[in-house]
Amino acid sequence: MREKIKKTGLLLSLLVFFLSSASWLLAGGDLLIKNATILTVTGNTIPNGDVLVINGVIKQIGQNLTAPAGVRIIEANGRYLMPGIIDTHTHIALSGTNEGTDAVTPEVTMAEVVNADDTSIFTALSGGVTMVHTMHGSANVIGGTNVVLKLKWGKPSEELIVKEAYPTLKFALGENVKQSNRTLLPGRPQRYPATRMGANALIRSELMRAKDYMAAWDRYEQLKKSKNPPANLLPPRKDLRLETLADLLRGKLIARCHAYVAPEMIEFLNLSREFGFKIGAFEHAWEAYKITNELKAAGVGISVFIDSWAYKMEAAEGIAYNAAYCTQKGILVSINSDSGERIRRLFNEAGKAVKYGLTQDEALKLITINAAKQLGVDRLVGSIEVGKQADLALFSQHPMSAYTRCEMTIIEGDVYFDREALLKERAAASTKKGGLL
Amino acid sequence: MKIKNMKVNRIKPGLLKNKNQLVFLAALLGLTLLGIYSFPLPATAQTEDKAEVTAIVGAKIVPVTGPVIESGSILIKDGKIVDLGTNISIPSGAKIIEAKGLIAYPGMIDSYSWLGLEEISGVRATVDNRETGRINPQVKAIEALRYDSMHIPIARANGIVAAVVAPSGGLISGQSTLVKLDGWTNREMVIKESLAMIIELPALRRGRGEFAGFRGQQPQVTTEKTLDELRQIFEKARMYEKRREAARKNILLPPPDFDEASHFLLPVVKGELPVIFSVHADKDILQTIKFVQEEKIKAIFYGVEQGFKVAKEIKEAGIPCIIGSLYSLPPVWEDGYDALFLNPVMLNQAGVKISFSSSSASAAKDLPYHAAKAAAFGLKPEEALKAVTIYPAEIFGVDKLLGSLEPGKTASIVLADGDLLELGTKIQKVFIDGKEVSLENRYTELLKKFEQREADK
Repeated sequence: MREKIKKTGLLLSLLVFFLSSASWLLAGGDLLIKNATILTVTGNTIPNGDVLVINGVIKQIGQNLTAPAGVRIIEANGRYLMPGIIDTHTHIALSGTNEGTDAVTPEVTMAEVVNADDTSIFTALSGGVTMVHTMHGSANVIGGTNVVLKLKWGKPSEELIVKEAYPTLKFALGENVKQSNRTLLPGRPQRYPATRMGANALIRSELMRAKDYMAAWDRYEQLKKSKNPPANLLPPRKDLRLETLADLLRGKLIARCHAYVAPEMIEFLNLSREFGFKIGAFEHAWEAYKITNELKAAGVGISVFIDSWAYKMEAAEGIAYNAAYCTQKGILVSINSDSGERIRRLFNEAGKAVKYGLTQDEALKLITINAAKQLGVDRLVGSIEVGKQADLALFSQHPMSAYTRCEMTIIEGDVYFDREALLKERAAASTKKGGLL
Repeated sequence: MKIKNMKVNRIKPGLLKNKNQLVFLAALLGLTLLGIYSFPLPATAQTEDKAEVTAIVGAKIVPVTGPVIESGSILIKDGKIVDLGTNISIPSGAKIIEAKGLIAYPGMIDSYSWLGLEEISGVRATVDNRETGRINPQVKAIEALRYDSMHIPIARANGIVAAVVAPSGGLISGQSTLVKLDGWTNREMVIKESLAMIIELPALRRGRGEFAGFRGQQPQVTTEKTLDELRQIFEKARMYEKRREAARKNILLPPPDFDEASHFLLPVVKGELPVIFSVHADKDILQTIKFVQEEKIKAIFYGVEQGFKVAKEIKEAGIPCIIGSLYSLPPVWEDGYDALFLNPVMLNQAGVKISFSSSSASAAKDLPYHAAKAAAFGLKPEEALKAVTIYPAEIFGVDKLLGSLEPGKTASIVLADGDLLELGTKIQKVFIDGKEVSLENRYTELLKKFEQREADK
C-alpha cells in the first residue's frame, strides 16, 4: 500500500514536473488585446486594432479578431499599444557592476551575476520596459561582457537571458577610466591610464597582445597538425583575458564603447579599423553631433541620454539636440537610461526628442526598433509585427506625450505589470489593518 | 553701538529716504512732462511714445486665473500687462507680435532649483550651492548666483521665467532667493533677494535600485532630535535679541558678543522671513508642523514625499508644499511604485497648496514635465499648470507680479506652439517684464556651430 502511494506520488510529481517544464518549453502566454491604438513602429499606426498572441508570439494583427476559447481578452479602449521598450544601456539586475580593480578585465561576465530579484526589474516594467542591455560599468578601459535580459520578474535568472542577442564587450574612455573625478587615497598611486592618451594606448597594446596570443595558438595548431610535430610541442597557456579579446578580433564579440567627447570616438573608430573589430554602438556619445560624418561612414550607432548632461566636464557640451540631429543625419540612435530610476520614464526621455526635431513616430523608434537593431534582436522584438515576440506595453495616452502613464507591460504574452490589478490589490490591502495606502 | 549698525532693519530708513527722493523726482518729472505737453509734440516723439506698447495678437490665451480666451490680444506697456481679451483696441504704432496659432501662457516659476549655483555638478570649481558646516543662516544664494549660467537660457527657452535658487547641505543651509531668468547681473535678476531660509531635516532612506544616487543623504539623526536642536538655536537667537534690546535701552548692560547664527536667524524667529523646510516622512512632517506652530514661524515644506499620508494635517496647518523632483524613486518601497506621482495629486485633492520644482540646475528646464507627470497620475491638467504658475507665485508672495496673465501683472509671457507642459511643445517667444528675451542657449549655439560643418562641405 505504502509502496503504491509512493509510486503514485512519484508519478504525480513527475507529471507535475513534466507539465510545468512543458509549459516552460512552450513559453509565453496567449492573449487577445482589443481596440487598441496600435503603434506598430515599423508600419502604420492602426486605430482600433486587435492583437492576438499565441504562445507568446504575435499571431495576428487586425480588426474584430476573435480569441480561441479560454484566451484572456484585454480591452484596451483605444489606449496606446506599443512594442515593449528596450533599454540599450543599464546596470540593473546585476549583483556587481564594476570589476574596477584593474583597468583591463574582459574576462568578467555579467551573465554570471544576473540578479533576478532586483526590484529595479519591477520599476522598469512599470515604465513599459521589457528588455535591457545590462552592462559592465565604466570604471575600466576594457570591462566585461554584457548581457541582454528580458524583464521576466519572478523568473529565475537563466530565464531572463536573451541568448539571441549580440554578445557584447564593454569598453570605456574618458573621465571615468582616467579616474579624474576621484579623490586619490593617500599612499595609493594613480591607476594607469590617467589620460585619454593612456586609455587609447592601453587598448592598442592589449589588442596587440591578443593578436600575438591568437598567433601563438595558430602556430600551435599548425604544428600539431603537421606531419612531424616537434616532440616538445606544448599548447600556449590559456588566458581568459586574451581569449575574450581574441573573440572580439575574431568577430565573435562586438564592442560597446562608453565615450563622451568627439576625439575619443574618432580614435576608437580608428582602433576598430586598425584591428578589424566591430563596434555595436558608442554609449553616451555626447559629442556625436560633432562627428556625424565619421559615425555615418563607419556605420556606428549611438546609445545616448536625451538631455542628462553637465554632470561632469566631458558632458558639458552634451546638447539635447544630439539624438534628434544624429537621427536626421542617418545614424542609428537609441535612448538609454543608465539608471534604475530613469528607466521607468524612458518613454518621456524619448518624447523629448520631438521638441528637438523628430516626429513622434521617429522618437518612438529610439526606444524600440532602433534599440532592437543595436542589440541584434530586431527580428524578434522592437515592433508589433506578426511573428515577433509579444513584448508589449499599453499606455493611457500616446507614449510620447508627457501626460501618459504605463498601464500594462507584457513579455511574450505574459502580463508582468498591470496597474489596474495592482490598484485592486492595494485597495484590498488598505481595508486590512495596517494597510498601505 | 557697532552691533546696532549691523541690524538687518537698518536698511529700512535708507529705503524710505530713497522713496522720498523718488516721490520728489517723480513729481518733478510730472511737472516737466506737463510743461512739454502744453507744446505740440514732434511727430517722432509721438510714435516713440506709442511704440512703447507691445501687442501680442491672435493668440489663444491661457490666463490661468481666468477662462481661456480662444483668440485674443495682450497689450504690454512699461513691462506690465495693461489689457487682454478678445476685443482689445490696439493703439496705432504699437509693436505687433503676430501670434496666430500660438498659445500665450504666464511664464513658469521653478519653486526649487540651484540655477546659477551649479554649472557642472562633477566639477567642484563650478559648484557653489553647498557650504561646509551645518549652521549657515548667513549665506545668501543671491551673492553667489552666476547670472550667465548656461542652464538659465535653457530653462528660459522652455518657458520658465523665474526660479527659486536654494543653497543646500547641513541643517541650516542658508538663504534662498527668487530671481527672474533675465538680467545682466545677479542683482538685476532679483525679485526677492532673500526669499526664505533653507532648513534641511533628515532625509528618508534612499530609494532602492538607484544606480547613481550622488545626492543621497542617509539620515544620521532623527528629525525629532534635529527639531530639538533647532529649538535651542532659535531660543538662543531670541535670547540674543533680548539681550541686545536690553543693552540698547540700558547703557549699563553690556551688549552680547556678535553671534552670527543668531543674528541671521532673527528675521526667521520674528516670523518675518519664511523657512523652507526640507521634510520627507509622514511622522517628520507632523513633528515639523508642531514645531512651526510652537515657534510661530512662517513655513513652506519642500520634498514632502510622504505628504499624502498626512495631507489633512498639512492642509489644516495651512503650510504650502513644494514637491521635490519626480525624477526619483519612492524612498519607501512599500508606499508603492507610484507614490511620488500620486503624492501631489492627493495633496492637491486635500486642499494643500502645491507647486512643482526641478530641484536641479542642469535639468531645470524639465519643470513642466514634473507637473505633467503628476497629471498623468490624476492631477487635473489645470491644477498642474497652476502648480507651476500661480500657486508658486502665491506661495512666495509675488502673485501681484507673476503667475497669471492679468492686467497689472508683469508681462512675463510665454508663447508656445502647444500645451505648455507637453514634451514636444516648442516655445516660440518669451517675454520677461515686457521685454522679449533671447531663446538662444548652449544647445542652439553648439548645434549651429556644428551644423556649419555640413554647410561647409
